[in-house]
Amino acid sequence: MGLSMERQRILIVEDSPTMRQLLTFALRRLKNVDIVEAQDGMDGLRKVSSDHFDLALIDINMPVMDGLKLISLIRSEESLSDIPIVVVTTEGAKEDRERALSLGANEYLTKPIQANRVLSVAKGLLKRD
Amino acid sequence: MSSSRNDLFSHGEEFLQLFKRGAEFTKELLVENERLRGTLANLEQEQADATRTPEDWEKYREELVTRLQDLEQEYESVRVRLHQVEEENKHFASRYIEVEEENNNLANLYVASYQLHSTLDLDEVLKIILEIVINLVGAEVFAVYLLNGDSGELGVAACEGAESTEFPDCSQAGGILVEALEQAAPVCADPAQATSLDRPIVCIPLIVQERPIGLIAVFGLLQQKEGFTALDHELFSVLGGHASTALLAARLYSQSERKLNTIQGFIDLLTK
Repeated sequence: MGLSMERQRILIVEDSPTMRQLLTFALRRLKNVDIVEAQDGMDGLRKVSSDHFDLALIDINMPVMDGLKLISLIRSEESLSDIPIVVVTTEGAKEDRERALSLGANEYLTKPIQANRVLSVAKGLLKRD
Repeated sequence: MSSSRNDLFSHGEEFLQLFKRGAEFTKELLVENERLRGTLANLEQEQADATRTPEDWEKYREELVTRLQDLEQEYESVRVRLHQVEEENKHFASRYIEVEEENNNLANLYVASYQLHSTLDLDEVLKIILEIVINLVGAEVFAVYLLNGDSGELGVAACEGAESTEFPDCSQAGGILVEALEQAAPVCADPAQATSLDRPIVCIPLIVQERPIGLIAVFGLLQQKEGFTALDHELFSVLGGHASTALLAARLYSQSERKLNTIQGFIDLLTK
């Protein structure tokens, strides 16, 4: 009798529907994942606080609450501090990257994204082969 | 009485010790026996070999040589087959990478066209065009010009990276815009030449049934975007085709909604 792999949950926090759809397309290639979308930082905070996630992909420039604020709130909450976070953003400057990583992001990807790069980063953080 | 009991125990102990020594000795004898059997077998084999005649040895040598040749042939064929499999493997690996890239590109194109046709609201369509150009192409400064039906002039309908008043009139931007409209196809310049808002580096005409309805002009790319890829050129074609029809459909829907509301208003007046 084989053991079925436990399903993992990924949260995408991105205000652009186009980007949400693209990231979902890329991540659906992973088996046994459930993908949840949030359309801004506040929506993302509500969702991450009310449910368990194994990975979060977060944009920086969003209305209501930006991604950096969301990341610092997630990292300040003990029950959420272990969630791996990938920033997906248009901000390509070195200081933007350093700032996000210093706030607790695990990876920093710049747009336009390569779907296989997103997939490879997600696999690494979800600890899959 | 107790002394006879003690004597009995001590005799028992002595007997047990003697028995154990006997068992150990027997074990050693068995091991030695096995060793001697092996030695005897080797010696018998050597004796058998020594009694072979030179013809027997020659025959044995030929058998070995033949066997060696067979093994060498087999090794060679396995080596050739391994080389073929390695080549096939390399071919499959590079083909896998190509297919994966094609798949990624198709996903981008699918998402772009899906989003463009997902709404009939003009503002939403413009917003989606902006999203596609920022997130999928990687442009930082660009404008969507639409043809004004009354004046027949192109005006900025949506933009990113600068205020709408900062973008040039089409007559000022000249060159590449005119070329794109005449060719009815996207025209690209060297992204390294993106220095100001005077000269767009990409111009994508928006044409429906050979009639221009607008264009997208890109004046600057995101810092991390080094140049245009094959996917970008595909996206320009998608934008040129699908964005045009999406914009036209949204405009016509908006006009028909207004007319419908007007007619409905008249009907309501007449029926009151």
